[in-house]
Amino acid sequence: MKSEAFSRQRAHPDLLNSLWKYQNQHGYIRDEDLTSCARQFDMSKIELEGVISFYHFFHRRPAGQYTIYLNNSIVSEFKGFQRVREAFERETGARFGEVDPGGMFGLFETSCIGLSDQEPAALINFHPFTNLNTLKVRQIIAKIKQGVPIEEVCDEVGDNIRYVPPGKRAVFFREYFPGNAIMKLNGMSPEQVIEEVNRSKLSGRGGAFFPTGLKWGLCRQQTAEPKYIVCNADEGEPGTFKDRVLMNTMPGLVLEGMAIAGYAVGAREGILYLRAEYTWMKDKLEKAIDRFYGMGLLGKNAAGIDGFDFDIRVQLGAGSYVVGEETALLNSMEGKRGEARVKQFYPIERGFLGLPTVVNNVETLCAAARIIELGAGHFLQAGTATSPGTKLISVSGDCHQPGIFEIEYGMTVEELLKLCQADAPYYMQVSGPSGECISMADKKRAFSKDGLSCGGAFMVFSKHRDILQILLNFTTFFKEESCGVCTPCRAGNFILQRKLEKIKLGLAQKSDFEDIRQWARIMQTASRCGLGKTASNTLVKALDTFPEYFEVKQGDGLNMKFDLTKATEAYEKFKS
Amino acid sequence: MKNLKAEQKKKQPGKGQVTIKIDGKEIKAKEGQNLVQVARENDIFIPSLCYYEHIDPPLGTCRVCVCEIDGKPGPACMQKVKENMEVRVNTPEMEDTRKAIVEMMFAEGNHFCPACEKSGNCSLQHMGYEMGVSISRFPHLFKDRLIDFHPKRMIIEHNRCVKCHRCVEEVLTKEGKQVFSLCNRGNETMVGIDYEQEAKLTMQEALAAMQLCPTGAILVRGQSMAKPFGDRQFDQESVKKEEEDKRAVVEAAVKVAKGKKVIATISLAGCFGCHMSMLDIDLGFIDLLEVVEFNKSPINDIKKFTQQCDIGLIEGGCCNSENVETLREFRRKCDILVAVGECSIWGGLPAMRNMIPLEECLEEAYLNSITTVAGEHIVPYHEDLPKILDKVYPCNEIVKIDYFIPGCPPNPEHIWKAVKNLLWGDHYSILYSEFKYD
Repeated sequence: MKSEAFSRQRAHPDLLNSLWKYQNQHGYIRDEDLTSCARQFDMSKIELEGVISFYHFFHRRPAGQYTIYLNNSIVSEFKGFQRVREAFERETGARFGEVDPGGMFGLFETSCIGLSDQEPAALINFHPFTNLNTLKVRQIIAKIKQGVPIEEVCDEVGDNIRYVPPGKRAVFFREYFPGNAIMKLNGMSPEQVIEEVNRSKLSGRGGAFFPTGLKWGLCRQQTAEPKYIVCNADEGEPGTFKDRVLMNTMPGLVLEGMAIAGYAVGAREGILYLRAEYTWMKDKLEKAIDRFYGMGLLGKNAAGIDGFDFDIRVQLGAGSYVVGEETALLNSMEGKRGEARVKQFYPIERGFLGLPTVVNNVETLCAAARIIELGAGHFLQAGTATSPGTKLISVSGDCHQPGIFEIEYGMTVEELLKLCQADAPYYMQVSGPSGECISMADKKRAFSKDGLSCGGAFMVFSKHRDILQILLNFTTFFKEESCGVCTPCRAGNFILQRKLEKIKLGLAQKSDFEDIRQWARIMQTASRCGLGKTASNTLVKALDTFPEYFEVKQGDGLNMKFDLTKATEAYEKFKS
Repeated sequence: MKNLKAEQKKKQPGKGQVTIKIDGKEIKAKEGQNLVQVARENDIFIPSLCYYEHIDPPLGTCRVCVCEIDGKPGPACMQKVKENMEVRVNTPEMEDTRKAIVEMMFAEGNHFCPACEKSGNCSLQHMGYEMGVSISRFPHLFKDRLIDFHPKRMIIEHNRCVKCHRCVEEVLTKEGKQVFSLCNRGNETMVGIDYEQEAKLTMQEALAAMQLCPTGAILVRGQSMAKPFGDRQFDQESVKKEEEDKRAVVEAAVKVAKGKKVIATISLAGCFGCHMSMLDIDLGFIDLLEVVEFNKSPINDIKKFTQQCDIGLIEGGCCNSENVETLREFRRKCDILVAVGECSIWGGLPAMRNMIPLEECLEEAYLNSITTVAGEHIVPYHEDLPKILDKVYPCNEIVKIDYFIPGCPPNPEHIWKAVKNLLWGDHYSILYSEFKYD
């Protein structure tokens, strides 16, 4: 069947795994690997090169025996990124973007690696290192040089679950017994499962809020076979790490959610697309899958239900933010460049390999599993009437309690800020860079589907942080993570970055701010997928929300960066 | 997705005639036909670069065909016509958005039409003329791009590529392998070519690839000039008119400005060399005084501004607080501010001291030089004296500068041509001898 994305490209579901094999063997993909891989998949070399170069964890040049990825997200920047970066360069003898002369260390920057609650953080050969500082970097590199295995040097990633709703209303973080949810399928028809999910009013937790039950029901009606369940574990939105905590604490729950979805829509295979940043969790997930097979919860006649066969495998990503968009994710799973597809069909009509596919986020699937386990009634008693249930919020930035908060819908910003013990909060970023920014004037706003909708990230910044630095970090992020297919997003983010640099240099005039608004509108109108449409949201919202900050950046013919008092300070010394 | 079921049902009863509205005009079309195509058949022009009728599904990469479809903006090429569809193509907002996207392409790539083999036969150029793009609103991005001479038969001019994806999609070898592919990501995205596969193409296929490209990014060696310059159906008339309009505007402006234009000049941390250069037009100065008069300037020794000036010429950067004050006053009193010469642009010779801390500089000059007597000299400091800045600042680090005229000093002809252009919109060209300084 013809895939509906870029039509003539064939799907190669095994391609990413093959590339990972070569990458892991030699630390990079050599020319001979490229040749043999192209032959194996019957592609031209340039097509393969196109795929490889799309993902930033694939290298075509040696990337060091130890490849170090330091997170450059804004939270990291504020927590000492620059010092850690310098420390890595000093200790390893390599420069960022390069490998040291001995070929031992390769240093690279990367966007958010899902450890915002313990920044600055880095991955070394995909093992996590958290709360870095100059001293720690020195010790780590010394140990590696001594030959201590990396598994022994790396950090245990803390879960930092800070809050669960009182009175047993918790949905996610409560006692978990593997199999409890799946076994409930016995005696339920698929329609009943969908009905139960519908009754709970569960909606997509990735941020789009599409009703989950409706999605499953529509997919069930599709006649094409086989169908697929895809779990989107590619939470790339900077500041989000809730899926990490869910998978790390209860890997079984997400598997149960997938199996339940599979039962409901009539799928036989589930694929968990795990972002490469979470490679360190892959073993854990695969062990959980094995355990489930052992318990008879997966495989043939799963959970003891006759005729319900369900398999799950983990597909590892390779580093790309835009792949978190569901159609881009499907392209990536098919071994293509992770470009969003044109919206002609929904994944439930033609998804993975052109077949009906349900794509759900980790949190959605976990919630669905809990709904089947505890009943929709339990889910409905938390939250508000229109947005029932709880929501996982990843809190990071300037607060004393960064981590995961399982909040009930209806909680206000003010309450959350109090819970996380925020430090003179001034600027809050909701749902990551593509979301919106709010000030303390919005403190009474409540989290809900129709109110302050949140995909899962909540970054708090205090009065002492420079808003321009935040915005510049976001825009640079989008510039690099745009898939590059459509003009407004590819060029637009680059252009906006230049504009922000102009403001930073103190050269901005009033007209520059007007330009930003208009150009952002053009990007919103004309971009091809959600990335380009939302990339400029924060920027425009910030202009509206923090006028007093930008007021002083607008020179009426003057360069606002020049400070006469400061410039004459050195001379004042000669005043006798 | 909510309407999915309903839509599916609607699709069932076969593809019949539908009536749609484009800019208020009722049009009959076959259901499911592409909107760009329907518009074209009915003589309504929707700009497009990546759209090609036989590529289905359409690419949707260039976004130049954005229209308002049933009240929502979206690319026309992605739309199949449906009963009662209402399309608005030529609203001011949509026209501006489409124009902006074409301008973005010009800002992002490095397009030099006069030197391009495809000039006159280029879709991007066509769109530029059609939408009246005379300048890009966006800053040029100066992306460093290569020209790939490696392929056997083709040359890939990455400066001109707009990443429409056409070649990626359409140019395949007999075995069905891709010859082109997008590579990299974000603003580094480029179209890569496979040298092995390219060699397998026939001459005819290679020429087809060159034709397929909406710009001059794919060229075939020896064939690039097959189509001569100047065959531009799209600009001959409209441009001529545009030029006339422009001239009329300039002439009208000159007529209105019967009064003399007012110029102010100053030398800050400079050597007066630029002022010397200004005087170097010799007798030309007499002609100049017919149309301009000088306000605050060392040329006539007027010390204080007596009126608002049309243009201010600044020589030199800022090395002390008096320079800063003067420059700020110039900004207030002059409508247009021009930095003349290297010192005002980046600091120039005085900025050599920027490498040394101010304290050391002053001590070397006043206390430790060979002519000073120990204990008898001091570093001058008095409230009446201007304060020395920690370093020499170029003018645009103090105020907004509108134009820069480089040179040390700039050639006199160059300066006055630029000034005349700024004041009256006179066309001018700079001769090589006017910016050659060796």
